[in-house]
Amino acid sequence: MERLMDITLTVNGTVVTRRVAARTHLVDFLREDLGLTGSHAGCEHGVCGACTLRVDGEVVRGCLMLAVQANGRKVDTIEGLSDSGELAKLQKAFHEKNALQCGFCTPGMLMAAQDLVLSSKKPNREEIRAHISGNYCRCTGYHAIVDAIEEVIHGQG
Amino acid sequence: MKAPDFAYAKPATLAEALDLLARPGAKALAGGQSLIPSLNMRLSAPELLVDIGGLPGLSGISAQGGAVRIGALATHAEIGQSELVARQVPLLAKAVPHVAHAAIRNRGTLGGSLANADPAAEYPACAVALEAVIHVAGRAGTRQVKAADFFKDLFETDLKPGELVTAVDFPAAKAGDRSVFVELARRHGDYAIVGLAVQNRRFVFFGVGSTPVAFSFDGGLDKAKAALKATLRPAADLYNTPATKLHLAGVLLERAWNA
Repeated sequence: MERLMDITLTVNGTVVTRRVAARTHLVDFLREDLGLTGSHAGCEHGVCGACTLRVDGEVVRGCLMLAVQANGRKVDTIEGLSDSGELAKLQKAFHEKNALQCGFCTPGMLMAAQDLVLSSKKPNREEIRAHISGNYCRCTGYHAIVDAIEEVIHGQG
Repeated sequence: MKAPDFAYAKPATLAEALDLLARPGAKALAGGQSLIPSLNMRLSAPELLVDIGGLPGLSGISAQGGAVRIGALATHAEIGQSELVARQVPLLAKAVPHVAHAAIRNRGTLGGSLANADPAAEYPACAVALEAVIHVAGRAGTRQVKAADFFKDLFETDLKPGELVTAVDFPAAKAGDRSVFVELARRHGDYAIVGLAVQNRRFVFFGVGSTPVAFSFDGGLDKAKAALKATLRPAADLYNTPATKLHLAGVLLERAWNA
């Protein structure tokens, strides 16, 4: 029963050990302790999706998970998936389709979109919209984002 | 906002967890998809969070005689992907896509959703419609509670302080059973404005009262709609008046009837 805990986790392939307050959210730990500011803290109660991360291969909300709950797990962020090239096709499509303006939602949107790309489904536009329904974008109106994801999934790009 | 300060413990066994949960100010943390937002918004300020994630014996989905037993820690994603659930508890399988969004379904749990008892949540209504049996453990021992007796009031259940939901038994579907799930929300995955879970002749509305509202009637659709108007008294939410909700409940009743 501690307020401070030692945690060890793998972030973008690198093992890190830190002492964190139990109340620290995973996204704040990544941003403030590790300097990985690509994951954005938006609404901080699970509605906007800007903090979307991957933990043990599954997308999660970084603001709805405590850093201590990630102890022993494998965390992937927008930085890791950008550096590895995993998101290259989506990033190119987002760029070409004008699927971002201010860019605040984009890291979370890419993480959510990649989850769908990896699912090996062939979703239609309605299903793409359902899958990114947990990610708010206040600039684009979503059409261009759906265009970009559709292009990558259906290989028209 | 950020969560308030609290102590954290991760017990290795259920007995250890129940001992910790008996302490004053202790609260169980499962998937955290409702608890952590309420911490972030400072609606809840527990002294101690007892992380039951990964606790042995509380996960998994299995056939148990005439029922499907789902561990309290089964996530919405696991329930949605289960062939056993799709085959034997189709109502629950139909409800899963309406539960929040993919990233939340990967963390949120069945036990957490039932114990939280949000009046606009999907699972409590399904549990009542399916006549599920909820397994509860505390330091005093274990007990079983019928879903219809479990939901007491707004965010209030039959759980005593220090008790945990450990599993839920859902009766397996029989040939000819009819399961329909319909919901209206402003955005896919948001909490329902109004929803309706139907298992044969059991119609259970949610989002219209402080708990799931079972609705019974005799006769056909016209009589059912009249009975709905006469008995359902939904409270307003931030965006919808009682009259709107009552109208939408009638729309769902008709959709479910014709589904």
